[in-house]
Amino acid sequence: MIIDYVGVKEINGSLIVMDGVKGVSNEEIVDIKLDNGSVRQGRVVQIEGERIVVQVFEGTRRISLKNTRTRLTGHPMEMPLSPEIIGRVLDGAGRPLDGLGDIFPVKRANINGTPINPVSRVYPKNYINTGISTIDTLMTLIRGQKLPIFSGSGMTHNDLAVQIVRQAKISGADSSNFGVVFAAMGVQKDVAEYFRRSFEESGVLSRVVMLLNLSNDPIIERTLTPRCALTIAEYLAFELDMHILVIMTDMTSYAEALREFSSSKGEIPGRKGYPGYLYSDLASLYERAGMIKGHTGSVTQIPILTMPNDDITHPIPDLTGYITEGQIVLDRALQGQGFYPPVSVLPSLSRLMKDGIGEGFTRGDHQSLANQLFASYAKVIDARALASVIGEEELSPVDKKYIEFGRLFETKFVNQGFTENRSIEQSLNLGWELLSTLPRSELDRVDDAVLDIYIKEKKEETPRLLRGISM
Amino acid sequence: MNNNVIYGINGPVVTLKNADSFEMMEMVHVGAQNLVGEVIGITDKLTTIQVYEETTGLKPGDPVTGTGAPMNVLLGPGILDNIFDGIERPLKAIEEQSGAFISRGVSASPLDTEKLWNVTLKVKPGDRLTGGQIYATLPETPIIEHRVMLHPELSGVIKEVEPDGEYTIFDTVAVLEDDLGERHELTLCQQWPIRTSRPVKKGLTPSIPLITGQRIMDTLFPIAKGGTAAIPGGFGTGKTMNQHQLAKWCDADIIIYVGCGERGNEMSQVLDEFSELIDPKSNRPMTDRTTLIANTSNMPVAAREASIYTGITLAEYYRDMGYHVAMMADSTSRWAEALREISGRLEEMPAEEGFPAYLPSRLAEFYERGGRADVLSGGEGSVTLIGAVSPQGSDFSEPVTQNTKRFTRVFWALDKALAYARHYPAINWINSYSEYFNDLDPWFRENLGDEFIEYRNRISALLQEESSLMEIVKLIGSDVLPDDQKLVIETSRVIRVGFLQQNAFHAEDTYVPLEKQKQMMKVILHLHTKAREIVAREIPLSKVMAFGLFDKLTKMKYDIPNNRLDMFDDYIKEIDEKLGELLK
Repeated sequence: MIIDYVGVKEINGSLIVMDGVKGVSNEEIVDIKLDNGSVRQGRVVQIEGERIVVQVFEGTRRISLKNTRTRLTGHPMEMPLSPEIIGRVLDGAGRPLDGLGDIFPVKRANINGTPINPVSRVYPKNYINTGISTIDTLMTLIRGQKLPIFSGSGMTHNDLAVQIVRQAKISGADSSNFGVVFAAMGVQKDVAEYFRRSFEESGVLSRVVMLLNLSNDPIIERTLTPRCALTIAEYLAFELDMHILVIMTDMTSYAEALREFSSSKGEIPGRKGYPGYLYSDLASLYERAGMIKGHTGSVTQIPILTMPNDDITHPIPDLTGYITEGQIVLDRALQGQGFYPPVSVLPSLSRLMKDGIGEGFTRGDHQSLANQLFASYAKVIDARALASVIGEEELSPVDKKYIEFGRLFETKFVNQGFTENRSIEQSLNLGWELLSTLPRSELDRVDDAVLDIYIKEKKEETPRLLRGISM
Repeated sequence: MNNNVIYGINGPVVTLKNADSFEMMEMVHVGAQNLVGEVIGITDKLTTIQVYEETTGLKPGDPVTGTGAPMNVLLGPGILDNIFDGIERPLKAIEEQSGAFISRGVSASPLDTEKLWNVTLKVKPGDRLTGGQIYATLPETPIIEHRVMLHPELSGVIKEVEPDGEYTIFDTVAVLEDDLGERHELTLCQQWPIRTSRPVKKGLTPSIPLITGQRIMDTLFPIAKGGTAAIPGGFGTGKTMNQHQLAKWCDADIIIYVGCGERGNEMSQVLDEFSELIDPKSNRPMTDRTTLIANTSNMPVAAREASIYTGITLAEYYRDMGYHVAMMADSTSRWAEALREISGRLEEMPAEEGFPAYLPSRLAEFYERGGRADVLSGGEGSVTLIGAVSPQGSDFSEPVTQNTKRFTRVFWALDKALAYARHYPAINWINSYSEYFNDLDPWFRENLGDEFIEYRNRISALLQEESSLMEIVKLIGSDVLPDDQKLVIETSRVIRVGFLQQNAFHAEDTYVPLEKQKQMMKVILHLHTKAREIVAREIPLSKVMAFGLFDKLTKMKYDIPNNRLDMFDDYIKEIDEKLGELLK
């Protein structure tokens, strides 16, 4: 027997409270039919006896205490899945937007997913060549990794994401088993369109699944968008053995939607009003990246988040950084100087890099080079700090070399341009070339044997003089 | 007949109405799928339960059954070389049952019930046993002997003993009659509630260092066996890397590694690396002495809260056998957040930053379970606790870091600036501290000589001096400093880059024996002393620098293999010769 429950007891933000509901299960999906014929969906988020709290995805506008008929569907939020989903454009809750009709499901999967057993994971080791010097050399992206881009409003993170998709070469992947799942959360129409056009230009559009929750779409739907996207990604990767790159933008909008939901539910807020479970919630998304035993496919995530006020200690980037395996941080000052991509090298990091590079993957000297570039560039920053106090003229000769190295590093290595695609050899050699402008005694992170190979020209060496600050 | 049914559901918290048969902290089964839960609150009207699995699909009216016992773990052979989730469910067995994704309500015995162990009985009929005494032993892994102990709450006289031979964990190997005349069948395993610490005979002061082979830890901020340490640091500063290094190289007998709310890929890395890594002492894989508890960040939050207690209970169990156990918890902040999350669901009044007011007492309870002790089985054991802390926004003034600081005695503060410069381990030598110097100094004097302490003190003094000189240098540059102060900066650079910085990926440098650490300090300080003599004669420092000795010392950690400590004499000789020329 199917029962329609007429009316609601209470409306609060995107939540409705209903009384006298029997046989409801936690997280169950309900259909809410309004008097004007429109149907909305909601999810049961709290149960107390026969009183239930339902989160309405499309929002509660026009709902009154009397004008609804609610029906329980008997199952949690599920996503219809089939190989035909590739190339489709869906809304934030996974319903088709492109007018090509419903997805005929081969199977349905709960969008919340289930945690991957740590024992079943394959430790990611294959690198993805993005053709971008800073990323490939210093924060190598690994297949199955989750590597977010920490950006700020008005910065070129979208270009960077597009460039990565266009240039990314995954070993073992060709056009038939490479795909992109793109989840837009609270982004503007133009941004979504920019991504669509860029995918089209780079010829991957037919292998992209787009989920669009634009900035004027219902906020609660936004909390579903990444879950739907990852459910699709897991299906494509672990059942169809594809290599899937998931781009999620903008995680800040997602977290804000979560905060709104939490506060309307009357939960005790944690830091900056975000719910106490923000960490667990973000983890339930990010941890869905990876590879598992017995399947050749992989889910690699590039979440993009705009740091409010460029503050990396804000809860969203902070918690993200604790979950993801590194981060690519963009820097407004570099962008201001006209550099693209404006990757701030020092705070950026890839945790999985050390096992995915070197002999057999990239090149034997890769790790040494990366260590040395990081260390030397850190000294550049110190030398600049000193120069800003005492003036560049007063610096010791070695510090002056660092200033020069820093300039070259930023203009040649970091600043690459949107269209340039550099091979790993090009990037590594460029790195050594830049390091060779420093006195050899400064290269203290590298074995002499490696230096002998890559630092060719032996310059006249002055005895190392005392330098200013060093780390 | 059980008529306890679910009334309300909110995230991982389930409430029951008018149920009066439950005990506080009792373990219960919830719903048709028998999800595991624990009673965390009782009033005359409502019983509150936290569920260790996803609650999706639970309905009001679903049954809840009590088990009559608190959250227990099963202790017995088979714990080592295994990986569990936060409530001691074996992840390998779960993989066999449910595949790569963990489905709900899976039940598997924590320990292998079919495996036969080669048991040697240590008692005979008529023997009187008290709680915690050993009645049988068996080789659990090729390097660890498992000592089967009487449950600490039992005592009595052995009545029957089976012959030595092969038994499973639930087979009876002996029968004991307690003082009330009741017979107890003794098997190879026992149950213990995770939130109760196991008793010991007598606590001991921690006076033996835990040797880690990590220079900055062993030399500047040593930890004792049975000590407690915190490793706080923002993301990317290398908390996990440090924990891995400690787990791999420290000289404990048993390692319990708890991945509490951390990354799944990290756990699979630990699994991979530890099974490949050969322990130099025993020539066996590290996994032979290691147990992993993996409750990754996307696994249920209530089980994350329990994982720390499960870990410490396993650690205490091996301590009771007379082993030195080291437990790494990565990270205690995630555990504290789990507390916060559940507290929020219970609508408790929050204290600082939304954390519950009982956070400090819970942390204290946990760290107090560490320590060195005379154990009931006769011998001596210890549990060393090393907790990583992930301060929000890298701000050490937040509640978890501050409270952890109160209950731990070693503080290895990780520094973002050092990590950005890829100076690893990124332990800040100014902010870190160890309170074990007084307890450990006698050991160091006895085993490494008085010089070791002297060297350490001189090294710290130099670093302190450099730190204050750097304040000046940052303002006006180093050129204005007199030569003797420049020398301090140069020597400190050698200490920082050549000594404190250590390369975990370098075959020789990843683990450095104490004797080599001492020799390295000796050579560096020798150079400093000699150079100071020269500078005191108004010979410019640049002449000393021209020999390249400072650069050479910076690289000696790579150039001198761990088994060629005689080479240090050559360094001393070279320093004397070269600098001698200047004095002529």
